[in-house]
Amino acid sequence: MNSRAKWILPIVTGVVLLGLWMLAKYTLGYLLPAHSADNPLVPLPAYLLPGPLEVVQAFMEERVILAGAAWDTLRAAAAGFIAAAGFGFAIALLLGNSLQLRTAFYPWIVFFQMVPVIVVAPIIVIWIGSGITSVALITFMISFFPVVANTTQGLLSVEANRLDLFRLYNARWWQTLLLLRVPNALPYFFTGLQIASSLAVIGALTGEIFIGSASSTGGLGFRIIVYKSQFKIPALFATAFTACLLGFAFVGIVAWLRWLALRHWHESIRRKDV
Amino acid sequence: MPIIELLDATKRYGDGPVVLESLSLKVERGEFVALLGPSGCGKSTLLRVVAGLSPLTSGAVTVAGSSPEHAREKMAFIFQEATLLPWLTVQGNVEVPLRLRHETKETREARASALLELVGLATVANYYPRQLSGGMKMRVSLARALTLSPEVILLDEPFGALDAMTRNRLNEELLRLREAQRWTALFVTHSVQEAVFLSSKIVLLGANPGRIHRVLENPLPYPRTAETRETDGFQQLSARLAAELRQTPMPTL
Repeated sequence: MNSRAKWILPIVTGVVLLGLWMLAKYTLGYLLPAHSADNPLVPLPAYLLPGPLEVVQAFMEERVILAGAAWDTLRAAAAGFIAAAGFGFAIALLLGNSLQLRTAFYPWIVFFQMVPVIVVAPIIVIWIGSGITSVALITFMISFFPVVANTTQGLLSVEANRLDLFRLYNARWWQTLLLLRVPNALPYFFTGLQIASSLAVIGALTGEIFIGSASSTGGLGFRIIVYKSQFKIPALFATAFTACLLGFAFVGIVAWLRWLALRHWHESIRRKDV
Repeated sequence: MPIIELLDATKRYGDGPVVLESLSLKVERGEFVALLGPSGCGKSTLLRVVAGLSPLTSGAVTVAGSSPEHAREKMAFIFQEATLLPWLTVQGNVEVPLRLRHETKETREARASALLELVGLATVANYYPRQLSGGMKMRVSLARALTLSPEVILLDEPFGALDAMTRNRLNEELLRLREAQRWTALFVTHSVQEAVFLSSKIVLLGANPGRIHRVLENPLPYPRTAETRETDGFQQLSARLAAELRQTPMPTL
């Protein structure tokens, strides 16, 4: 696929989706009681489905509040995500190097991953209080597991002949770790980070919905509650799009870091057209 | 004293079938011994036993008078795949054994550069393995094996995955490298022509279980070149070995 097609195809898809959205807005009115033979084109009201222009208008009206909220969410999501990346990698190093530790702790890590955030959030508020720390902690909890699971897998997936090669050269365990296992695990680590990056913003939003935030704007999650209670559906859509953009930025940054780290040697970077 | 000695060596994986049975073999210093036999007859297992990567079930193996584990500094192993580290450049890959020995950067660079020059890859020192052909990767693997100036090199069908032309060229290159350093080689192959071209001694292995079927001295003189393959001596020995190989017990399919 040539580089022009890589840009054009997503734009075409976006235009088609926008068209479908407009179509839904102006045709689903048939389902409403207000529809009549004299007035066949009844658009859905904004509280049921706002049109793209109404969402843009709401975005412009609320831009200062949304920007502040996005900043709050970004800070909490970034803090939780960075902690998950660092701590997750460190834990994976321990698990990847010790069968005993892996056997003892890995099932529990999986178990705690299954605990719903909805249940944990109130407990975190009781322990830590409301505010950015709690939101960051929830983000951490939701982003941590993909990093640990993928990195551990990468540390353990070293080709047997390469391990034998290091054995033949009498490599110490830490040499095998640093020169062989860790570089081998990098693609896996970045796969974990990519999953975590898409979860980080969701985690922060969930945290904010349950906890709120100490700042004036209260994060995008908090805005969702406010706009819902005020029945400002176009603003709710604008908030959703802002959250999507934030998530997109997270995923984009991780993709860029992955490209930086793996661009010289990893097949997934080199063979994009497969 | 032989540099490699196997005495009544038997190898069995768990409760599975016996892979090697009562196998005794002596390899003298400077010999190039080819282990020839059908796939599945235990050639690679034998090599792993000598390298100390797989312990014997019974019997004994010594390398340079000590156990394989204690003789590792005197050995190098070349696998069927090049086993390069894809995240390192060609130069970086050749430096790996020296890095594991904590050699200084200057020493590592000088040694790796000299070896890459020797195998004709100096111009691609900064390339990554993915940028190399299969033959070039094997030459990097060869250069890496030579970094610590080993006394013994164990080669496990290193050119088995390459096309015939590249394989022949690498065989010639291998002998050229050995002329300079005279290491002892234990070379696993299932190619009769490759065994005849490279070796000073050919050990024919049979399967079910793996045993030595016959040991032949190779009378072809060194140095050997591409023209060696055209000589009557080469052709006759190859034909004789191929016939012998047909007589050896084959593994169960």
